[in-house]
Amino acid sequence: MTMALLEIKNLHAKVEEKEILQGINLTVNAGEVHAIMGPNGSGKSTLANVLAGRENYEVTSGEVLYEGKNLLEMDIEDRARAGVFLAFQYPIEIPGVSNAHFLKTALNGVRKYRGLEELDAMDFLTLVKEKMKLLQMDPTFLNRGVNEGFSGGEKKRNDILQMAMLDPKLGILDETDSGLDIDSLRIVAEGVNALRNPNRAFVLVTHYQRLLDYIVPDFVHVLSGGKIIASGDKELAVHLEERGYGWVIEGGAKAVGA
Amino acid sequence: MTTSYQQAFEKDLSRDVPGFLRRLRNEGMERFAKLGFPNRRMEEWKYTGVDPIAQGDFHLGGDKEVSRFTLEEMHRMAFCVLPGPRLVFLNGHFHPALSDLSGLPAGVRLSNLGQALQEDSLRVETYLAKQVGFQDRAFAALNTAFLQNGAYLYLPRGAVLTQPVQLLFVSHGNGAAVVSHPRVLVVAESQSQATLIETYVGEGAYFTNAVTEIVAGEGAVIEHVKLQGESDSAFHIASIGVHQERDSLYTSHSISLGGALTRNDLGTTLDAEGASAIFNGLYMVTGRQHVDNHTSIDHAKPHCTSAELYKGILDGHSQGVFNGRILVRPDAQKTSSQQTNKNLILSEDALINTKPLLEIYANDVKCNHGATIGRLDESQVFYLRARGIDAKLARSLLTYAFASEVVGQIRQDLLRERLQQLIFARLMPGKEAA
Ligand SMILES: Nc1ncnc2c1ncn2[C@@H]1O[C@H](COP(=O)(O)OP(=O)(O)O)[C@@H](O)[C@H]1O
Ligand SMILES: [Mg+2]
Repeated sequence: MTMALLEIKNLHAKVEEKEILQGINLTVNAGEVHAIMGPNGSGKSTLANVLAGRENYEVTSGEVLYEGKNLLEMDIEDRARAGVFLAFQYPIEIPGVSNAHFLKTALNGVRKYRGLEELDAMDFLTLVKEKMKLLQMDPTFLNRGVNEGFSGGEKKRNDILQMAMLDPKLGILDETDSGLDIDSLRIVAEGVNALRNPNRAFVLVTHYQRLLDYIVPDFVHVLSGGKIIASGDKELAVHLEERGYGWVIEGGAKAVGA
Repeated sequence: MTTSYQQAFEKDLSRDVPGFLRRLRNEGMERFAKLGFPNRRMEEWKYTGVDPIAQGDFHLGGDKEVSRFTLEEMHRMAFCVLPGPRLVFLNGHFHPALSDLSGLPAGVRLSNLGQALQEDSLRVETYLAKQVGFQDRAFAALNTAFLQNGAYLYLPRGAVLTQPVQLLFVSHGNGAAVVSHPRVLVVAESQSQATLIETYVGEGAYFTNAVTEIVAGEGAVIEHVKLQGESDSAFHIASIGVHQERDSLYTSHSISLGGALTRNDLGTTLDAEGASAIFNGLYMVTGRQHVDNHTSIDHAKPHCTSAELYKGILDGHSQGVFNGRILVRPDAQKTSSQQTNKNLILSEDALINTKPLLEIYANDVKCNHGATIGRLDESQVFYLRARGIDAKLARSLLTYAFASEVVGQIRQDLLRERLQQLIFARLMPGKEAA
């Protein structure tokens, strides 16, 4: 068997002295889509942020291998350049830095790391406009400050645009669906589906089953109390939607899938 | 201390100086001798010590050196030379060969101030030394004592200049520490419009002591860019006084990037209904640089508005001072005034003292003010890094974004872009701004 894209082994992490992740085990292979579901506060965003390298999360034990390398030792920007992309639950605003400047700087940082030539202004514009069309974003967004004054849905779309531009191997989407109306959800899902390929994997963190109607996962995991307490196929998500998390936390999910 | 200035003054004044100017200069010297250099026991100078200036040994540069300063050097040292009229000065002396006074509409006067004192003496006497008083301001008094060079711009009623007037003050002592006392007088009659770009640059150690006076007549629109890009070992003191008539609009963009020690005093009097002032400022210091901006807006009459935004970026062991005075006189009902000072601290050792000074004596007014001191937002830094932008570049981009709120308001495209590049290059040597 070939090497897994991402291997999380017995990962423990804390935030401000509070244990949040209490032994996560998860293997993601190229081409797979994993959904991670779970009640609010169960540690889904913590897991996503730890993978992206956010500083205020402290890993206390366990390891994470990305393409066989120790991901936890890599700088934040190197993780991104190596192909780990986190779409944020709450994308932040950066007034004064235009979307275009930001995207071009990010893209060229990533391309340089990957041994590709930096794109000039013309090629960059051609590429970004093509991706924006896919996400039905108006080109005027390029001249605005990053997420500055964007609606919730526009911010999420902007994050997916960044993902499409940076061409990651592992996309981690943290509740990209929440706060989206149904049309935006469909556009975002189509954007993600267009990026699905045998070399790329996704981890979809979501609270609702709805997203999984559009982006059909290969595996569904339930995170609760900082641990994955159940895993299964997409049927698990349907059961969760019908019976709630209480059912799985009490042990009912063992019968389904895994 | 003041005695060396006294000696230089006597030597300098022995030349042929007309009566009005001779009296004014004598008065300036007398006041300066009486006041002496300011010290930190004075409220206005509490956070800015001028000992390095007081103890420095500065010489008036000779006017013979002027011809050695070439066009190439001018282009090398100026931030940006735009098409249009300009006056160039070296060590305070007018440089006619590098200046361009052509293409001005009829009735507009633009010349060296010394020349204007002869050619337009009545008007100059009417307005000179009235907008920046020197009775209790030592540096303005000192400037007045040595007053002979500088720029004079007169805009007759309704004159509109489409190109900016550029004033370039270069200091270059060739080893010796020089002092210059540039003086600028702008008289804008009613309904006239002009943009003035005052630039200060130089090399080595020197002392610039500038005074700029502007009179904006009824409905006049004056845009005033002041760029301070002095050398890192220079001392820069500037006093700017503006007088505004009915419905006039004065906009100041004051950008301070260089200098070991900088002090800007910028003040306007909104002296008739409907006048507005916009004060837009940026200071960016590092190392051991010290920058002090004292601004003052005097709402003397009703229905005037003022808006002020000053931003500071402080790195290294630098120190900054912002003191923003807003005076609303009892008569000035329906005043609208807004003041913001935001500071970005990039190092552990940088320091800022910020103080709004609101004196409001009218009751029907809208006045807001606020000051912030902060560091870069780490969640923004994380966001950029998570997209593959390295940490240093991420910080530079965010700092640049902070500055661009001010610089972005400069309307001359070339100048604005040049400044943006310059700021970006300072933050991120070797990278280009987008
Ligand atoms: N920066 C933080 N500081 C303090 N507590 C945090 C922080 N981030 C998350 N937590 C806590 O960690 C727990 C897990 O949060 P999170 O990972 O955001 O959950 P989820 O994304 O599953 O809703 C919650 O109890 C939350 O309050
Ligand atoms: Mg979350």
